[in-house]
Amino acid sequence: MTVPHPDSLLSAEEVSEAIGALAGLSGERDVESWRTEHLGRKSRLVLSLRALGGLDPSRRAAAGRLLNDAKNRLGQALKAKQAELKARRTENLASLDVSLPGRPLPVGGLHPITRTERAIVAAFATMGFHVIEGPEVELEYYNFEALRIPADHPARDAMDTFYLDGPDGAAPLLLRTHTSPNQIRYMERHEPPIRLIAPGRTYRNEATDATHEWMITQTEVLAVDRGLTLAHLKGTLYEFARHLFGEDREIRFRCDYFPFVEPGVEVSISSPDGWIEILGAGMVHPEILANMGYDPEIYTGFAAGLGVERIAMLRHGIRDIRRFYENDLRFLRQF
Amino acid sequence: MRVPLRWLETMVPLPEDIEALAHRLTLAGLEVTDIERTGGDWDRVVVGRVLDVRPHPDADRLRLVTVDKGGERQTVVCGASNVAAGQDIAFASEGAMLTDARTGSPRKLKKSRIRGVVSGGMVCSEAELGLSAEHEGILVLDTSRPPGTPLRDVLGDRVFVFDLTPNRADALCVLGVAREVAALTGAPLTPPQLSTPRPGPAIEGRASVEIADPDLCRRFTLALIEDVEIAPAPAWMQERLTAAGMRPINNLVDITNYVMLELGQPVHAFDYDTVRDGRIIVRRAASGETLATLDGRTRQLDPDRLVIADPGGAIALAGVMGGLETEITDSTRNVLLEVANFEPTGVRRTARTFDLLSDAARRFAWGLPAEMPEVASARVCRLLAEYAGGRVAAGMVDSWPVREPAVTIRLRRSRIPQVLGMEIPRRAVRAALDGLGFEVEEDETALTVGVPYWRRDVRVPDDLVEEVARVAGYDDLPAAPLAGAIPHHPPLPARELRERVRDLAAEAALYEAQTYSLLSDADLAAVTPPELRDTPLLKVRNPLGEARDTLRTSLRPGILRAAASNVARGARTVRLFEVGRSYHPASGSADGRPEEREQAVGLVVGAGSDRFGSPTETALDFFDAKATLEHVLAGLRISADFRPARGFGLLDGRTAEVLVEGSAVGVLGQVHPETAAVFGVGQDAFLWELDLSALLEAAPGMTEPPTAVPLPRHPSAAEDFALLVGPEALAQDLVREALGHPLVVEARVFDDYPLEDSGAPGEARGARRSLGISVRYQARNRTLNENDIAKVRRTILKRFKANHGAVVRERA
Repeated sequence: MTVPHPDSLLSAEEVSEAIGALAGLSGERDVESWRTEHLGRKSRLVLSLRALGGLDPSRRAAAGRLLNDAKNRLGQALKAKQAELKARRTENLASLDVSLPGRPLPVGGLHPITRTERAIVAAFATMGFHVIEGPEVELEYYNFEALRIPADHPARDAMDTFYLDGPDGAAPLLLRTHTSPNQIRYMERHEPPIRLIAPGRTYRNEATDATHEWMITQTEVLAVDRGLTLAHLKGTLYEFARHLFGEDREIRFRCDYFPFVEPGVEVSISSPDGWIEILGAGMVHPEILANMGYDPEIYTGFAAGLGVERIAMLRHGIRDIRRFYENDLRFLRQF
Repeated sequence: MRVPLRWLETMVPLPEDIEALAHRLTLAGLEVTDIERTGGDWDRVVVGRVLDVRPHPDADRLRLVTVDKGGERQTVVCGASNVAAGQDIAFASEGAMLTDARTGSPRKLKKSRIRGVVSGGMVCSEAELGLSAEHEGILVLDTSRPPGTPLRDVLGDRVFVFDLTPNRADALCVLGVAREVAALTGAPLTPPQLSTPRPGPAIEGRASVEIADPDLCRRFTLALIEDVEIAPAPAWMQERLTAAGMRPINNLVDITNYVMLELGQPVHAFDYDTVRDGRIIVRRAASGETLATLDGRTRQLDPDRLVIADPGGAIALAGVMGGLETEITDSTRNVLLEVANFEPTGVRRTARTFDLLSDAARRFAWGLPAEMPEVASARVCRLLAEYAGGRVAAGMVDSWPVREPAVTIRLRRSRIPQVLGMEIPRRAVRAALDGLGFEVEEDETALTVGVPYWRRDVRVPDDLVEEVARVAGYDDLPAAPLAGAIPHHPPLPARELRERVRDLAAEAALYEAQTYSLLSDADLAAVTPPELRDTPLLKVRNPLGEARDTLRTSLRPGILRAAASNVARGARTVRLFEVGRSYHPASGSADGRPEEREQAVGLVVGAGSDRFGSPTETALDFFDAKATLEHVLAGLRISADFRPARGFGLLDGRTAEVLVEGSAVGVLGQVHPETAAVFGVGQDAFLWELDLSALLEAAPGMTEPPTAVPLPRHPSAAEDFALLVGPEALAQDLVREALGHPLVVEARVFDDYPLEDSGAPGEARGARRSLGISVRYQARNRTLNENDIAKVRRTILKRFKANHGAVVRERA
């Protein structure tokens, strides 16, 4: 180890000079170089401090005092300088027009039908209903006959049907007029208990206006179990209405007719504007349960069919059902 | 169906609050969609009695008429010649809103001086009351109500407009509604007089019927009414028919219509003298047979049509429309009255085939009881005798080959709460069923219920539960929460994938479109390669129009049309996606149904945007579209390859096939301008398509929850290469090559520029270019040193050169 020559000890003048040089610096990098030069591991000060032990004891005390004094002065000056720099870093910034818009992030969004369908599915999911899906091109059997709507039943008048061209003799294919075929398709393959919800597109061959579309999205709801009653349907729909439309909703039933339920009801929910019809429902007809191999004396069930467009219109205050399939971005951006 | 309340009132007393009654009927299943008023409000118009008529002192044609308008007398000037003392008339006081007899517009009655006499009121004509154009004479009322009674209580009516469900054929008539009102309000029901004296000579031997096809005609009755006189029907009948929406014609026609509206049973009157031998045969039409129907058209018949025939041929289309030849005319003297029951299906088919869904046909199609013809026939006879001077022949021809037995249902008491979830008191159950006309026998555990013949919709115990519930009302039904075990939820990967794709596409700044599943075949042809155009399409047999007659095999036409319409509306930038089904004929499917495949399509068209979101000069391009697709795939944790490909309707050199695990799952490219133009898109459009079904097959685990990998504990080192690559090289291959080395954890392109051509990045394929690839080295179990890295580097660079002809230009 090199023993520093006593002459290399820092004088008070030298320290003042170094501090003077520091005062003239303004860049953080310059200040860092200054620190390395005067206080770094290889600076004269530090090397001298390390060499103190090798000094003649008679000189050691005085030299130590001198060096420590220098170290303190340099250290303090550096600290002050660093504080000054830190302050200056935020002092001289140009101010911004904080009212300018931010750099835009590109935005997209989901269709209101998708959003509403999901909200419906989520509401029923809280009650243990799970989603199934079925074909849109259906056989007459599933769309009508298995649901107690035989050929030439007048209930078919209310469900004007699109039929597909097909070879003569083949079972005619149609576009499903409701999501109810899902009930049959599921019950054919499963045993109770059942709690399902089946959303999807349905088709009616009818002219369009502000409240009618020939293609609409429906959601089927079906529950079959021991001991289910119309009161459970009401309870389930009440929960659903709370999820979608908020607290303090009431549910009202009125007698209605769908061949595949008995009793059949039309369901309204209360709103600030009065009662609003939202769906048709009822207890699964005992003949259908029997046809599915369930004993209708043991098992009962309820079913409901919701129009997703109708609920989306209520939720979002949409006046014209045709907006949904025009895909006008000015409309789509609102959701 | 329209039910005038004055008519309804003849059968059942109505409560004061008509709106409440309408609501109650609606809740019970007979929906009242509207309550209409016929006639006017007639404010300040009352029943007045003419006390005195004197000549006007200064005008020959005017009189001074003194009227009692309800405890007060008033004298007014009147110009009508038919006014006479003792008449009840409509008296309008000053301020009443009347109709101007000449102009037809509303006018307020003011005090006026007519030839020196002040007149502060008016005796009204029908025209002034807005009832008709008749203004020659005043309207003389036929009323027992005292003077001062508001006119609207005497004239005009309120009408319930019903929208009934097709199970309730029994309610398609005034009597049916009256039954419901009686059951719901507890008021007594007074049905009309349903029997008739038959004083004339017997019908036997003068008319006969033969039902040749009893599967289509369940019952057929004939009655004969002789010596009728055709005249207008009585005023009350005309008024009721008018209010119910039917135009009065003459007493004979009106009575048949009246009874149909009253009892729900259609009836048909033939001119007896035109029916050969009075012999009726109910049979299927012969092929080629024709019939001139009442509307003057000649109908081509076939054996699917049931006709009423006489020995000379068809004379009516059973249940649908009468024939011209045997029609009632002004000279008809003798009436042969048909009241029958036809099989609903046959009537419905015939009515639809000929587009003649008349009131009568609709009633038959909804299903009527075979017990009704006898009742309705008697009712018509009675009215014809009373209002058309007819003599009813004794007896009735009645052919009723097969009688259905009466229906009796056993309803266990416990079934009511089992279905409804609430108890209904025994007394209420009994009252509901009694009120609706059911015959009930009770014991402790069950009810044995005889169903009245008109309730053909009630067949099983649960039907009775509904009857009870709808009369008792659903208001007390509790809302019970679901209890019990929640059934197993099998996963639905196709749905999970679809919904995830929707979220990711929306995150990628695309807006979701939903377009119709049916399009024109021309639209589909524009996106279908010529070699596939022979594949049969799924066509709708009865479409709404040519533009919507084919199930889509591609989502491309819909999204392109959506883009074009947005551009047309002024959108500078269109970024859309759709996720939905496409439909493909499946020759192999067991039930003949087509395959429904889940597809996704994304599209970008138009201008990019600057720091303020304003549209820029630079249009969105291939890589903007690709970015959205890559976002979707990355979100699915799918690593896809993009291979140059050709795609129908897409531009060569700007089209890529999307491969996952070696399987083609989609396409990305610039829409060929000619294809875009077909759909009205005039700008460069870039789209991608994913077949979600194929994607799910290629990467079945993607909807499973991902398994976490422990974070690396050893440092990594990164290095950039500038590679000189040839015209055929693909950046993706170099990246994959680097990633193929086990110690390379990351490789990505960071730069691309052409060495020969000018052009934007990515457009330089086909020329030599410089490609910057950044590589990160890392081992999971140790810190790599310089030697390790050098070894990996050598390997990679060797492979770059050997497999891709890429050499290092410089090392950064």
